[in-house]
Amino acid sequence: MKELNELIIECKELAFDLNFSRAKEWKKNNPAGVVVGYMPIYFPREILHAAGALPVGIFGGGDRKQIIKGDAYYQSYICHIPRSIIELALDKHTEHFDGYIFPSICDVIRNLSGTFKQQKIGKFVKYMDFPQNFLPEIGGVFYQQEMQHVLEYVKSINGKEVTSDDLNHSIELYNKNRKLIDFIYEIRQEYPWRLGIDDVYHIIRAGTVIPVEEHNEILEQVCAHIQNDIGEPQDKIKVVISGAFCEQPAIGLIRAIEEAGCYVVDDDYMLGSRMILGDIDSNTENPLEAIANSYIKQSQYSSSIYDVHNPKENRLANIVNMRGADGVIFASASFCDPSLLDAPIFQNAFDRMGIRYIAFQFSENINQFKVIKEQVGAFSDSIKLWEDEPVTVE
Amino acid sequence: MAKEAQKEKSMILQKEMVEGLFNQLATAKEDGKKVCYTFIPGNLSELIRTFDMLPVYPEINALQSAMRKKSGGYIKEAEKNAHSEDVCTYVKCDVGMMMKGNIGPTGQKIPEPDVLLLSYTGCFTFLKWFETLKREYPNAKVIMVHTPYQENAEITPEMTQYMVKQLKEEVIPQMEEVSGIKFDEEKLKAHLRLSKEAEDWITKIFDTTKHKPSPIDAYFAGVYYIGPINIGFRGTEQAVEYYKELYSEIQDRIKNGLGPITPEGEMKEEKYRLVVEGPPNWTSFREFWKIFYDMGAVIVASSYTKVGGVYDMGWRHDANRPLESLAEYCMNCYTNMNIPQRIDLLSKCIEDYDADGYVTNSIKSCNSFSAGQLGMMREIEDRLEVPVGFIESDLVDPRYFSYSNIKNRLESYFQMLAQRKSMEKETV
Repeated sequence: MKELNELIIECKELAFDLNFSRAKEWKKNNPAGVVVGYMPIYFPREILHAAGALPVGIFGGGDRKQIIKGDAYYQSYICHIPRSIIELALDKHTEHFDGYIFPSICDVIRNLSGTFKQQKIGKFVKYMDFPQNFLPEIGGVFYQQEMQHVLEYVKSINGKEVTSDDLNHSIELYNKNRKLIDFIYEIRQEYPWRLGIDDVYHIIRAGTVIPVEEHNEILEQVCAHIQNDIGEPQDKIKVVISGAFCEQPAIGLIRAIEEAGCYVVDDDYMLGSRMILGDIDSNTENPLEAIANSYIKQSQYSSSIYDVHNPKENRLANIVNMRGADGVIFASASFCDPSLLDAPIFQNAFDRMGIRYIAFQFSENINQFKVIKEQVGAFSDSIKLWEDEPVTVE
Repeated sequence: MAKEAQKEKSMILQKEMVEGLFNQLATAKEDGKKVCYTFIPGNLSELIRTFDMLPVYPEINALQSAMRKKSGGYIKEAEKNAHSEDVCTYVKCDVGMMMKGNIGPTGQKIPEPDVLLLSYTGCFTFLKWFETLKREYPNAKVIMVHTPYQENAEITPEMTQYMVKQLKEEVIPQMEEVSGIKFDEEKLKAHLRLSKEAEDWITKIFDTTKHKPSPIDAYFAGVYYIGPINIGFRGTEQAVEYYKELYSEIQDRIKNGLGPITPEGEMKEEKYRLVVEGPPNWTSFREFWKIFYDMGAVIVASSYTKVGGVYDMGWRHDANRPLESLAEYCMNCYTNMNIPQRIDLLSKCIEDYDADGYVTNSIKSCNSFSAGQLGMMREIEDRLEVPVGFIESDLVDPRYFSYSNIKNRLESYFQMLAQRKSMEKETV
C-alpha cells in the first residue's frame, strides 16, 4: 500500500494534467480503445467503460491555461469554462480524443457542442439531452435512447457490440467508485482534519481522467489511511459548498476556504462523480434502464434538473442537517446562469429556515482570493465566536 | 421632438387584439377563466385555446415594461432580492414587476397563474424562471414539457414520440384537471388549421423583402408582425385576418415602390440591406432603430423573428397530426436549432434576400442566443464573404444600452459597407 502523501501527489499530477497524458498512454496500450471527453456536470461513464472507451472529464483549463483563442469565441459576459475548453481543443491538448460529450446543463455548454461540430473537432460530438420528464416510461425511455446513440458512436469507431454483462460489470465498478468516495465524505464529516478538502478534490478529480479500476485502487488505499486517527483537529466551523458544479474554482480557492476557518463537509465541486446516490442495479437484463432509472430516482439535486416536485432548497437543507454543518457557502462561477438563477431560491428559503450562508462568485482563472478569504473568515468567526449551537433544520 | 408614428389598419387591428387579451385577463378571475403562464418559444397556443385558457407571456410583459421605461426599476427591485446582476434581465424584470403588483402594459393587474406551462424551447433560463415563479405562486399547477434539442440538425421520430407521450400522458390530463374541460381533438384541429393559414401568410410577408426596395423592415417592424402569431392568437381567425390585412398593405407598398414605414414615416432611400442575428434592445428600441434607418439600412431578415417558430423552411402545423405537429413546432423554434443549423439558415437568408451585410446584436443576458455568435459570424464571413458587424446591448436592462458606443460601431460598419459598394460599382 502506498503512503497517503504519495497517493495525493499522484492524484495532484493527474487531476490537473491538461495534456491528459494517462488517456494518451491508455490509448497507446489499447489500440482499439476509444477516448471520449465529457463536460460537466454528469455523464453515465458506465456505458463508455462497457463499450471499451475511456471516459475523460474535461473541466476547463482553470488557472493553468492562458486563454487567447477562446476569447475570440466567447463574449466577456459569458462564463469562463467554454473559452478554456475550446482553447484546450484548438491547442491540441485533446487531439487523442475520439469524441466529445456535452451533457445538458445550460445554454452555453449546449451551444459549445455546436461550436465543436462547426469546428469539426473529434470523430463525434454528442449533446446529451438529459430528460426533464421524470417518469421512467417517458423520460426514462428517452434517456435510454440518448445513451444508445452514444454507444452507436463508439461502435462506429471500435466495432464493439455492448452486452448486458459488459454493462453490469461496468456498473459494479462505478458503484464501488461512488461508495468509496462516499466513505471519504463520511469520514470527513466526523474528522475533516484527516484529509484536506483540496486533497479530496485532487483525489476525486484524478478519477475522471484515469480508468475506473485504477481509481478504485487509489480510493481503497486512501480510505484505509483515513480510517486511522491522523491529523490534528482545528477550531473551524463546518460548511457545505453549493453552486460550483460546472466551472471549477482554482485549487487555491478551494484550499483558502478551509484555511479561512471552514471545514468543507460536503460540496458539489465534482458533482458528476457523486451524482447518483446509492447503487445502480448491476444484476439486470436491461442495464440501460437501470442507469436511466437511477438518474430519475436517485440523483443528487442539481441546478440543471427541473425540481419543482422535489425542491432543491429542502434537499440542500437536508444535506446541511445530515452533515451537521454550521452553514452554507454559495460559490457560483461568474455568469453561471443555473447557479446564479438558483441563488434567490436558496437564499430566500434559508432566510426562512434560519440556515446561515454567504455567497460569492469566482472564475476558474482567478487565483487571487484575498477578499473571498476575508469574507469566509468573517463568516466562520461570526459563527464560532457568537453562536453556541448549530442550527437544526426542521 | 420625435414625430408621431404612422398607423396603418393592421397596426390598429393588432392593438385591438392585444388590448382585448389584456382586458380579458383583467377580468379572468370574475369570468371564471383559467390563466396559463407560458413562453413564446415553443408556445402551445392551440392547446391553451382548446382548454379555453388565457395565456400570459412573462417575456412579453418584460419587453413591454422596457418599452414603457419601467424595466430598470423592476430589475433593481429583483436585484435587491438576491437576483444576480449577470442573469437574464427578462426574469428580473418579470420578478420585479410581480413584486410591484404585477401591473401589465395596459395598466391593469395581470392575474395570478392557474397553470405554469413550461414547454421551454432552446433556453434553460425558462426552466429556472418557472422554478422561481412556482415558489411565488405555490397554488399554480406546473406542467412541464421537455423539448429535445436539435443537436444533429434534425427532428427524429423518437424525439417526436417523446414529446407526444408527454403531451398525451402529462400535459393534456393536467390541463383537463385545471380547466375542468375535456380534451376535444376536433377543436384542437380547427385551431391548427387556422395556425397553418397564419403561418402561410407570415411566410409570404417576410418573403416580400426580396423586393427592392424592401417594403418592410424584417427586424424592427418584424417584431410587431410576429406579435399576433406568438402571443396567443395563432390558431384564431383574428390572426389570419390580421396577416391578410398586413399582406395587402405590403402589396400596396410594393406596387408603389415604397420602402418600410419607420416611426418617422417612410424610409426614403434603401442604401443597405442587412440580416440581423439576435434579439433587439427594448429599452431604447426607437433610438436603436433610428440609427439604422437614418443610415438607409433596412433589415431584410432576422433570426429573432423566428424565435417563436421557423416557418420559412416550409414547416407548418398540421391538423392531420395534431400532437405530432405541436411537438415538431416546439422543436423547430430558432434557438432550439444547433449552431451549424443557425449558420445555414442565416446564410440562406443573406443569399435569398440579397443582403449586403450581416450584423450581430449580442445580448448580454441571453446566452441562448449569444453563446456561439462570434463563431457563427466568422463562419458566415468566410463562407459568403459578406461584411459582418458586431454590437452589444441587452434585452431590458437600460444600464447596458450605450447609445454612443453602438452608434460609433454601426457608423464605422456602414462606412465599410459604403466603401465596398463603391468598389463593386467600379469593378462593374
